[in-house]
This record gives sequence, C-alpha cells and structure tokens, in this order.
Amino acid sequence: MARIELDLAHAYKPNPTRDEDYALLPLKMAFEDGGAYALLGPSGCGKTTMLNIISGLLVPSQGTVTFDGRDVTRQSPQQRNIAQVFQFPVIYDTMTVAQNLAFPLKNRKVPEAEIKAQVGRIAEMLEMSHQLDMRAAGLSADQKQKISLGRGLVRSDVSAVLFDEPLTVIDPHLKWQLRRKLKQIHHELKLTLIYVTHDQVEALTFADEVVVMTRGRAVQVGAAEALFERPAHTFVGHFIGSPGMNFLPAASVRGGLVVLGQPLALTDGHVLPEGPLKLGIRPEYLALGQAGEPNTLPATVTRVQDIGTYVMVTCEAGEHRLKCRLAPEAAAPVAGDTVHLRVLGEHTCFYKDEALIS
Amino acid sequence: MSTTTKPVNQKAWFLVLPVIVCVAFSAILPLMTVVNYSVQDVLSPDRRVFVGTEWFAAVMRDEELHLALWRQIQFSLAVLLVEIPLGIALALSMPAQGWKSSAVLVLVALSLLIPWNVVGTIWQIFGRADIGLLGYYLQQAGMEYSYTGNSTHAWWTVLAMDVWHWTPLVALLAFAGLRSIPDAYYQAASIDGASKWAVFRYIQLPKMRGVLMIAVLLRFMDSFMIYTEPFVLTGGGPGNATTFLSQYLTTKAVGQFDLGPAAAFSLIYFLIILLFCFVLYNWMQSLGTSEKEQGHG
Repeated sequence: MARIELDLAHAYKPNPTRDEDYALLPLKMAFEDGGAYALLGPSGCGKTTMLNIISGLLVPSQGTVTFDGRDVTRQSPQQRNIAQVFQFPVIYDTMTVAQNLAFPLKNRKVPEAEIKAQVGRIAEMLEMSHQLDMRAAGLSADQKQKISLGRGLVRSDVSAVLFDEPLTVIDPHLKWQLRRKLKQIHHELKLTLIYVTHDQVEALTFADEVVVMTRGRAVQVGAAEALFERPAHTFVGHFIGSPGMNFLPAASVRGGLVVLGQPLALTDGHVLPEGPLKLGIRPEYLALGQAGEPNTLPATVTRVQDIGTYVMVTCEAGEHRLKCRLAPEAAAPVAGDTVHLRVLGEHTCFYKDEALIS
Repeated sequence: MSTTTKPVNQKAWFLVLPVIVCVAFSAILPLMTVVNYSVQDVLSPDRRVFVGTEWFAAVMRDEELHLALWRQIQFSLAVLLVEIPLGIALALSMPAQGWKSSAVLVLVALSLLIPWNVVGTIWQIFGRADIGLLGYYLQQAGMEYSYTGNSTHAWWTVLAMDVWHWTPLVALLAFAGLRSIPDAYYQAASIDGASKWAVFRYIQLPKMRGVLMIAVLLRFMDSFMIYTEPFVLTGGGPGNATTFLSQYLTTKAVGQFDLGPAAAFSLIYFLIILLFCFVLYNWMQSLGTSEKEQGHG
C-alpha cells in the first residue's frame, strides 16, 4: 500500500526535442493509496508506458517515481512490490491452477498454511474453487486470464495492482462479470488498482478517478461526472460520451459572443477572453427551440435515428455537424427540417486553445 | 456426394504415378535389392543359393554385432546426455539481440558447416601427442593420452568430437525456442518474484519442449548412424573400441564381402531406427496435440 507520485517524462528515443519525440510528456500526478484509477485513451497515447513506469518494467528517461515519498525510480517491480496483469493471459503451463495462484507467494517464502488460505480466498472470489487442481494449460482463454488476475490479487501487501487492458481477450458478457468482480475485490481488499483501457465504459464503471490521456499527455483527471459535465480539454469532450461533445467555432469580440457569424448574448454573466474560441455542448444538453427564439442557431436536419430509449438528431449548421439527443416522447423533426438549436445554457463549455475556460 | 451419382474414374491414379516412380527408384528398389541379398548366398556373380532366414539367424547370434550395438546405444545416450543440456546452456547464455547476437550465431554455427571427414581430420591432428594442441597439452599435464592406443581415450575423443560438432545444432534450436517466448512471460515472472531457476523451470523449459524434442530426435538418429568421423579419426579402433554399427556393417559388406549377413543386418538396423523414430514421432505428435488443446498460451 502506498501513495504513488509521478514527476517525470519518457521518450523511447535518445535526446528528445519536439513534443512528438516523447511517449510521455512531462507530467506530475499522484495516485492515492487504496484508490481505483483508470488510465483511458486511444492506442498510442502513452497509457501503457505510464503503467510500465509505475510497475518498474520501464525506467523513465527523466524524472522520478516515488512510493510514499520514497524514490523507487530505479527499483525493480519486485522491490516495489507491484503486481501487474497483462493484456494476454500469462500462465505457467506445467502448474495447476492452485500452483499458479500460489506462485507469487511461494517465491516470497510465505508460510505454506497462509498460502493455502490466501489461494482459497482468491479462488473463491474469482469463482475458481472447483478448478484448483486442474492443469492451468487446459483452460480456456478467459479462465486463464482469471488466473492472471488472481496472481495479481493474491498478495495482500502489494503497493498497487496494475492492469494492462486485462479484459481484451474476454467475451463481452464475461467482461461485465469480471469488471464487477474487480470492483467488489477492490472494496474488499482495499488495494490501489490502476487500470489501463481504451474503453470509456470500462474506465468509467471501474474507476473512482479516470486519467484521460492523449498523445503522451494526461489532459484531465477526474470522476466520471466531471469528465462528462466539464471536460477540461476538447479531447476529453470528444472522447468521453457516445457520441462525443459537439464543438462549434466561436469568437469573443469586444465582450460579445459570435458563433458561426451570428451574435449571441450570454445570459449568465460569463466573461470570455477576447479572440477565437470553441463552444462545446453535449448532445444530451443540446435542445431544440422555437422559430424566432433569441440565442438560437438555425440548422438543417440531415438524419433522425430512433434508438428506442432516445432519438438522435443529426443536423448541419453551416459546414458543422451537430448531434442532438432527444427524449423519445419529444416531437422529433424529420430530415430536411430547419431547427433552432439552443447552444447556450448552463452545460455549455468554452475552450481557448483546446483548454476549458473556467 | 454419393458414389452412385458419380461415375467411377480411375484416371487419378496417373497423377500419383510420378511419385511412385521416384520413390521406387530412390527407396523401394534399393531396399528390395538388400532384401534380395539378405535371403541368398552369393557364391559367385552367377551362382546364388536361396538360404531363407539363415543370415538373419546368424546375424542375431553374432557376438561382435551385439557388442557394436551395445557400444552404439551407449554412445548415442552419452551424446544426448551431454549435447542437450550443453546446447540449452549455450542458448541461454547467448546474447538475445543486436549485432552481438548475429555474430555469436555465426560463430556457434561454424562447426556445423564443416564436412564430416574434415571434422575427423581436424580432431586427428588436434589429438596427436607430437603436434596436436589437445594431445600435446594432455601429455604435458602428465596424462598418457593416446586415442590410437587407449580404447577409453579413443571413445572419449570420439564423444568430444561429436559434442564439438553437433552441440551448436541443439543450441541453435534451443535459441530459436527461447526467442519465441513473449516478453510478457518474463515480465510476469519478474512481477511474481520468480528466481532465475524458476523462470527456467516454469517458463523457458516448458516453452522449449517442442524444439528440444526435434533436437533429441535429430541427434539420436544422427549419432546412431555415425560413420565418417570415427572412421577418419580412429578407424574403429583401437581394437573394436570405437566401431559403431554402421562401420561394422561397412566392414562386413565391403571389407569382407559378406553380402548376405550384411544385407540381413542392414534390414535389422533399418528397423531399429524406424522403431525409434516411430516412437519418438508419436510422442512428439501427442505433445503437439496436447499443446493445441491448450489453445492460446
């Protein structure tokens, strides 16, 4: 158990000069003891690099990693007492399930009775008790991955358990089960868990805090609600949510707001910095107004999809496409209609240079 | 498709004819010649007598042959016991990446490129007490080393020669097996706190099983048929100390011109090797299928 602090940068190439040379741009971050974290981002954003730096499989090219204030930058995973679960199941072919689960404890010379108790506990949590004496090599891929998870969770004294997209090989219906299991285990064992994924649903349901990453940068750290309501970066708005946030180019000219060439009046007394901006609004909050209503933008409906629980309206304002999510009972327009979009409201966010204006 | 709706067409047999012809000339006809010899007594080029299984009975009773077979089995076992562990150790200590890896691979493979009879000649000179590096220094060290005079020395020299010649093959196969293990296994082992020995015992050795089986099979067959190197080095001597099966056979067939017993023995030799290969091959197959049942991993 430990509070993990990162203050580092990493480049796989020697002598990085430009931002693109870095796999991880200089960052400062802390993971609290006992928290459940997710590192979320598209492929190549640096999340696995960050995970391997935390675990000690990779030494950052600059900066430090500290556990409870103790510098562990050059320590091995063993010395840091880290457990890690990989994307593909790693099992020891010649051992039984029980021997696989006991392996990390056995290597640390834990007394036999304690090993037995701990293995039994973990096997029960993972619902593998009936398979303990089976040869691990004969099991299916998701069973094997459960063993890998079990080996990660079997040591009760670990500093943190790291997961590198551990559910990739698992069937969708089992994914839900295992994710719930992990969450439950987190509550029971109070371990620090850090979970890498590119699936926002996985990240948001698993973690208390989600670290959203893109291009080697951690752009926002926050709970699901914050990521949804106040995305700190246009990438977060775009990446979180399905579909993502709508963005429109806007400008602040002498205190007045101009969106797509149309002046709009800010009602809540927001003061925006002068110059080009971006207006962002979630499809869930984009509402349709009446014709002639002030502070609305006219747009042409191009597509209406009834998803069952909601109606998704796609429309175009100028060359910009916006999505709007309506309740199923609302009067939905049809393609070709002109609608008036209420783009201003309490959920509207403004961005300057991709960063949220607070 | 049922056979009633399809006309019977035997023309397809013509398509396998080329293969039958090739195999006939390369294997079946020579083998049949040997079978032919094994049941006849050739008195002169135009006088032959059919003798039935008499040669086989004679060969089975041949004391010298029993000794040669026993020597052969001992030698092949010794070869496997030394070369397999040594090859694995060599593979484990070879650098895994970069130019060093390529350079070491080439160096290790060098002995495999040398023709058999040259290997014999090299060791013949190497072991000589007057000018050979090995022989000279063993003499200097106070050992009465002579591979031509002492049968124990001769046997060990032949073994050393085979180890020198063929361990690199085992090492290359083991090296290939090691390289195919994904990094995640080593990472997981390091996180699980596994010792070097545990990594070898639980990851490397199980993952190398397939290639090691191939290495065992190849080395067993090759050493069981060894001929050229001991022939050049010791000529089978001193006495019969290094006369292995194929040399014994050659002496009988070409030296003494005992074509009948030699042919009978050839067939027995052939069956022994076939039997070993059959057993090993089936073993490997069963390992392969159990690996497939395991699926990904």
